[in-house]
Amino acid sequence: MNITLFDTIFYLLAFLTLGSAAIMVFSKNVIYSAVGLLFTFFGVAGIYVLLAADFVAVVQVLVYVGGILILLLFGVMLSNKITNIEITTETLHFLPASLVVIGIFVVLYRVFITTDWNPVGSYNFDPTTHEIGTLLMTDYLIPFEIASILLLGALIGAAYIARKD
Amino acid sequence: MIPASYYLYLSAILFVLGIIGVLVRRNLILILISIELMLNAVNLTFVTFSNYWGVYDGQVFVLFIMVAASAQVGVGLALVKTIFKKKAIVDVDKFNLLGQ
Repeated sequence: MNITLFDTIFYLLAFLTLGSAAIMVFSKNVIYSAVGLLFTFFGVAGIYVLLAADFVAVVQVLVYVGGILILLLFGVMLSNKITNIEITTETLHFLPASLVVIGIFVVLYRVFITTDWNPVGSYNFDPTTHEIGTLLMTDYLIPFEIASILLLGALIGAAYIARKD
Repeated sequence: MIPASYYLYLSAILFVLGIIGVLVRRNLILILISIELMLNAVNLTFVTFSNYWGVYDGQVFVLFIMVAASAQVGVGLALVKTIFKKKAIVDVDKFNLLGQ
């Protein structure tokens, strides 16, 4: 078995993603968790590139890293008093949580093991924007419009909930 | 070449880490972050199968999931801010106004 450059990049990105996700979940400091989430998002974007999904990778970086992560950092900063350092949080319910999690993972793993996978699909790194745009304007037109209404509702709702009264 | 199942293992581990975050951590913002992690794992599965079958519907679904995730974070953080202004806590176990 010879390891190509492609495989090496995949393993590096998987290691980056899983390592920073583990830091994110288990870190006591909320700021560290947010930074771990940043690297998780970047790792997942890299894996999208390996899966020949260029548009989704760019949207991942733009929306998640540029939007959602900044919002979450604002939330962390706003909800912690900077004067008394109370950024750390404790963990609890570890035993029942690990039981639930191990159960779910065993089910997923068994599904993946027992399924008979064909060899993986073609890796032609053509641009995907043309096909995605065509699908959005034909087959998925109504979900597309509903998504815009959802975003408008979320915008108004968030501004209404968080307003000064 | 990496088989498709490796991507699925990666996504399963990410999903399970997200569940651990939701179950174990008590900080409201960390729970939101963990839900984002789980949505990312689901997105990874969608893109994997989009590549596996050679159709683009999975990637369109990923875009819709991103829309839902950003709406969720916007409303969720507005709620966190309001809760924090009222009670000055972000611990979900201590926020039991209805039980008092």
